[in-house]
Amino acid sequence: MSPPRSTPLLAIGDLSVALPAMQGCVRAVDGVTLSVTAGQAVGLVGESGCGKSMLAKALMGLLPREAEIGPTSQIHFDGRPLLALSPRERRTITGRKMAMVFQDPMTALNPVMRVGRQISEVLRHHLGLDRRAARQRALALLRQVGVSMPRRRLDHYPHQLSGGLRQRVAIAIALACGPRLLIADEPTTALDVTVQAGILDLLARCQKAQAMAMLLISHDLGVVAGRTQRTAVMYAGRILELAPTRKLFGKPRLPYTRALLDAMPRLANPPRTPLKAIGGQPPDMTHLPPGCAFAPRCRWARGRCRVETPPLESGRGGDHDHRVACWYPLEGA
Amino acid sequence: MTATWGEHLLVTHLGRKLLRLLLVVLAVTAVTFLMVHLLPGDVAYTIGGETATADDIRAIREALGLDRSMLAQYRSWLGRLVHGDLGRSYLTGEPVLQAILSRLPVTLELLVISQLLALALALPAALICAYRSGSHVDRLISTGGFATLSIPSFVMALLTIYLFSVKLRWLPATGYTPLQAGVWANLKSFVLPALSIALIEWVVLMRVLRSDLITTLQQHYILMAKAKGLPPWRILLLHALRPSAFTMLTVMGLQVGRLLGEAVIVETLFALPGMGRLLVTAIYARDHLMVQGCVLVISIGYVTVNSAVDMLYTLLDPRIRREAAVGT
Repeated sequence: MSPPRSTPLLAIGDLSVALPAMQGCVRAVDGVTLSVTAGQAVGLVGESGCGKSMLAKALMGLLPREAEIGPTSQIHFDGRPLLALSPRERRTITGRKMAMVFQDPMTALNPVMRVGRQISEVLRHHLGLDRRAARQRALALLRQVGVSMPRRRLDHYPHQLSGGLRQRVAIAIALACGPRLLIADEPTTALDVTVQAGILDLLARCQKAQAMAMLLISHDLGVVAGRTQRTAVMYAGRILELAPTRKLFGKPRLPYTRALLDAMPRLANPPRTPLKAIGGQPPDMTHLPPGCAFAPRCRWARGRCRVETPPLESGRGGDHDHRVACWYPLEGA
Repeated sequence: MTATWGEHLLVTHLGRKLLRLLLVVLAVTAVTFLMVHLLPGDVAYTIGGETATADDIRAIREALGLDRSMLAQYRSWLGRLVHGDLGRSYLTGEPVLQAILSRLPVTLELLVISQLLALALALPAALICAYRSGSHVDRLISTGGFATLSIPSFVMALLTIYLFSVKLRWLPATGYTPLQAGVWANLKSFVLPALSIALIEWVVLMRVLRSDLITTLQQHYILMAKAKGLPPWRILLLHALRPSAFTMLTVMGLQVGRLLGEAVIVETLFALPGMGRLLVTAIYARDHLMVQGCVLVISIGYVTVNSAVDMLYTLLDPRIRREAAVGT
């Protein structure tokens, strides 16, 4: 049911982001190529520190000043080369056509500004609405994201709201200008488990209702499952597997993805079944091993894995949808 | 929380502040009383002049009540204070309160204008330095700031006089024009004195605001504001400035005390008839009721300004409103 192939809304080409570190520099994002079609939801999964947040910041133009983007990197959004735009041109896209929901709603809202103003601010800046119209629209947005007593909430300060409500407000801000792409960076990680599903379902519902593309970033495969059409698995700054979400879960070809799936607790298992944790430590980004970054922790690693870095390719079976960066991908389970 | 409970809290809060004011005033005036009496000589010598005999001096002291014990004198001063009577100057016979009230506006105007000038310099400088921290502009402004900070105010006053009245002939070097003679003429007589205070004062404000702004700019909500696509100036002014202003306001409140000291020097140099000059003249003449009166007014002013700063916090940060209500 995916739309016919056309130019994607977002096309990331060979994106690299380097950050200066104590010794040398860290390639937080290393040659990522990924595209998102209009209206499509794409998941981006990886352990913390694998560079997924840096990728999101690079898309939004929020990288720290000292970060360096590789010379061959490209980001095309809606046909426009984002990296070639001036900061001023970029700001006409950021927050308007491309919006972001952050991980921690407790700190993402300005503590000394009323909620209503934080929402209407975007509307007034990007759409030129006057105060009254912006407030009306803010009220409608709060209703849309399921905030109870929206009229009263407009005059509240963030500290008067719970974490879940704050994240709903942050989503209202992101949705305010009707963006074509929503980047949700670990939108539920900082929330109580009881409200996580509510927020995720809200995001999925808004994504479908507004035919908006979404990049859903999480360290949790379960968050991405069922809410995205495609999923990319990131490890040490690189995308190692990219497939339709259903295929990725049903028949992962990357040993790392397999290990992540095996590590998920299952209700079907008898009580006291030990979790299958992945051995070893996440890689030290300042001292990446040669070859495949996952090789030191991989059960199937062989000599070649520790020497040559595998490219992200579609498998021998000719399945263009399912691409994996592994010398010895797993064959059907 | 009901409105009446909130009102009740406000009343106890204000009551507590008033009690503190009373205690501070009592302590400060008592210490001043003691110190003036520890100074060698008293006002009788000033009044009697060089030819006065020991008997003359004794007679003057008796007439003024200076022969009584210090405690008795302080007690009677307090007693009259309760009735709003600050006594009369031993030298001129002018009521102390009247003398102070005629000079207070001059000093207040000097302080307000100098603080406004200091803020006008500190705000943009701090915003630029914080936004471009570590850049050449930041270093240039900071170095220049430290250079002016190390200049004493009386040298700064002379420098401004030299530049603006001797060389450029824009402003009068000394003298005071009352407000009745026209707002502009009045302001003109304040520009140089206020500037020589502000040129030193702004550096402190700028440094404090700059470092708080740098901390604020690393907060997540600033990243969020950037993600909204807002231009930098808007983020700085609307999102970063308010949560960063606390330390600067505290410093401003505390500086008021120091500024009164500066005002003495500056008022003398620029011949402004303010509180500072009144106080210094009174101290030299051992006119101790005048000294007491000045110290009383200054300490009340100091406590009031700092209480006002406390209340400003609650205006600036809604989270403190709740904490204050829960805490007290």
